[in-house]
Amino acid sequence: MTDLAAPRQDTATAAPVKKPAAEEAARLTRKRYQAEARFRWYGVTAIAIAIVFIALLFASILRAGLPAFWHHYYVAELDLPADAIDPSGKRDPKELASADYFAIARDSLRATFPEVTDRRERNRLAQLLSSGAADPIRQAVAADPSLIGKKAKLSMPLSANAEIHFKGDSTKITEAAGAGVATPSAATGEINILLGANAFATQLVGIKRSLAERARELRFEADRIQSSAGSTVVPRIQELREQAKGLQARFDAASGAETLDDRMASLFVHINGGIVKLNKIDNARVEGRVIRPLTSTADAQPGAWKIVTFETPESRRKASDLDIVWLEQLKAHGRVENRFNWSFFTAGDSREPELAGIRGAIMGSLLMLLVTLALCLPIGVMAAIYLEEFAPKNWVTDLIEVNINNLAAVPSIVFGLLGLAVFLNFFNMPRSAPLVGGLVLALLVLPTIIIAARAAIKAVPPSIREGALGVGASHQQAVFHHVLPLAMPGIMTGTIIGMAHALGETAPLLMIGMIAFIVDVPKTFTDAATVLPVQIYLWSDLPEQAFKAKTAAAIIVLLVFLFVMNGLAIYLRKRFERRW
Amino acid sequence: METATAERTATEGRPVHPAAEGPIKITARDVNVYYGEKHAIKHLDIDIPQHSVTAFIGPSGCGKSTFLRCINRMNDTISICRVTGKIEIDKRDIYDPTLDVVQLRAHIGMVFQKPNPFPKSIYENVAYGPKIHGLARGKTELDAIVESSLRKAGLWEEVKDRLNDSGTSLSGGQQQRLCIARAIAVSPDVILMDEPCSALDPIATAKVEELIDELRSNYTIIIVTHSMQQAARVSQRTAFFHLGILVEEGPTETIFTTPKDKRTHDYITGRFG
Repeated sequence: MTDLAAPRQDTATAAPVKKPAAEEAARLTRKRYQAEARFRWYGVTAIAIAIVFIALLFASILRAGLPAFWHHYYVAELDLPADAIDPSGKRDPKELASADYFAIARDSLRATFPEVTDRRERNRLAQLLSSGAADPIRQAVAADPSLIGKKAKLSMPLSANAEIHFKGDSTKITEAAGAGVATPSAATGEINILLGANAFATQLVGIKRSLAERARELRFEADRIQSSAGSTVVPRIQELREQAKGLQARFDAASGAETLDDRMASLFVHINGGIVKLNKIDNARVEGRVIRPLTSTADAQPGAWKIVTFETPESRRKASDLDIVWLEQLKAHGRVENRFNWSFFTAGDSREPELAGIRGAIMGSLLMLLVTLALCLPIGVMAAIYLEEFAPKNWVTDLIEVNINNLAAVPSIVFGLLGLAVFLNFFNMPRSAPLVGGLVLALLVLPTIIIAARAAIKAVPPSIREGALGVGASHQQAVFHHVLPLAMPGIMTGTIIGMAHALGETAPLLMIGMIAFIVDVPKTFTDAATVLPVQIYLWSDLPEQAFKAKTAAAIIVLLVFLFVMNGLAIYLRKRFERRW
Repeated sequence: METATAERTATEGRPVHPAAEGPIKITARDVNVYYGEKHAIKHLDIDIPQHSVTAFIGPSGCGKSTFLRCINRMNDTISICRVTGKIEIDKRDIYDPTLDVVQLRAHIGMVFQKPNPFPKSIYENVAYGPKIHGLARGKTELDAIVESSLRKAGLWEEVKDRLNDSGTSLSGGQQQRLCIARAIAVSPDVILMDEPCSALDPIATAKVEELIDELRSNYTIIIVTHSMQQAARVSQRTAFFHLGILVEEGPTETIFTTPKDKRTHDYITGRFG
């Protein structure tokens, strides 16, 4: 009844509010504007920093990963001799498949370098080819047996070391024109080259400098051992000091011949159509071994010969001097081709980086996500509908709700342990199988989906529900005919985000054995498999340099999948969102 | 003090005016509604005659919508809401546990404050009720129900060429008439309207009021409104609620010209509210 007879407040009796002076008001306004401007700048700065970090992340991943989508191939016109491939002449597919195709590729490469006669060097040459070099030949012959006995132009993958070299990660190669007249003493074997001018002055300085550097390193090492271990390792310290002294002496000697070793940059002389690897240089003459025979021993005029330097010492790179010389020659003759590496998407894992692909991991992820989706979507949506629409509101449902929210925050490795204990040990399910991975991830994703679905159901305005109830729909009809269709975009979005979460999950899968090295592409839910993030983890752990690029490339593939899934979620939300 | 007033009013209100318009359709005796601890409606008694328009007026929070929602048991959906007392429609207790609430609501249509068409086509909006109640046998019968409902709601001429457009694409007034068509498609006896014009402009309001007047001959209509003019225009009987109490009820002319209670007088003359 208070509002019936509430007396009017008499405004006249209230104390008059003191108005601030004009400049005071202006000062307050200015201060407010400043505060607003400052706050806007905080926001802009935060966004800018975030963008810079994301840009850096993407730039580094793309820079490291994109080259791995391309690979260098050895291109050659191959002889496909009938007696080697199909000795019986019956064109039996089994027999064709078991022929030694690698030998064909190897022989072709050896024929390109007839000057390589040493057995060890010939093996080294064959190792430029990937062990998968036989596959393109086998496939070509299987596809077209009429090629047998003829010639065919084919591309065969080069080895990982060759790949690293062509990607520019082995050594920097510099060339300098030779000054003065150079006269080789012979065309093959160990030779001298007499120099008309002091052509190797710069190189000698470089060598001396590296000697001083090494001497300093040795002394430092000796000091370190002495200070940490004391007098117990005196012989070792003595030895280091002697070595340092020797190197220092070589550095101090103003002139005289210098011997090259594999801890210095490698030097080559290209002269008269041949290549000489140097092992001793002096002011007026150099000594070396001929790698490719010279066509003549005539004098080479200034500028007609050149000095080639491989800056990185041989001991610090995978590809040897010989490897690089051969590869550079192949490249110069157009026998090397850089092509898109389809096998990255069609092959399973491998110990050879150039053969390793992510098909197995993609299939494993796909199978696993199918299991997760098939379990999560119906269970999650039904649970959400029951909790949101039908469940009585009491302490039991409150407890369930709190626990669902808590489950969403449980570390994923815990779910892995649960999967290990329950699915593997108790139910004896197969290890490393997408089925078990899917079950574990379903547990992980279920809370997310329930929470998202509940939020979507709650977001449907009550007026829709009341409208349905008002025309005499039962509660269930109202929910299934009206509420659920309107909540579906939200539920789908939540589900896809949950699936993206599952796709990127690694830790629980390690627990259930999905970390094994698996070459075969999985075909069923119980095959041993690995998944994309685990594959990335496995590759990142390998010491070979070539796997670094593979790791980044697999990360790119994973990110593309995640972007596609998130894009799909946004599309579904926009497409099916209804206004009311 | 309030309780004392309430009891006195309830006593004074009896015997309720015999309906001049026709037989009594809805009877409420000693109805109390509680939202948790809050006593929202106190000892309410009312008789609502058939085939007439009854308006519930009163300031916000006085319980008129709450009582309206008791009549089709829409309050069941609010878990903390508790109803005691007796509400009878055609001598049948609607809070009888053996009564099927879905059947009840099929007999009592409801139109809400804000137009709430389903985000489906105009046709689907109207056809939904008949479909779930099995009122139509086949497509032709359903089409006939949809057409006659839209005609009764005065919307047919405006939408007959775009029945497949979304119900939400209509204007506010059209949406509200669509909701009325949706309510009458299940051929109810009673139509409850909870401030049906509060979200509409004056022209749409006039159309809906005209429609209410036409529907009166076939349906018992209860309308909650904040507009005294609207109550005066469309209703035959008016009930004034205040703080959960039914203060006064009677023929509309009587309430507006010679109210017995001071509170009614103050409210309709605009002293408060």
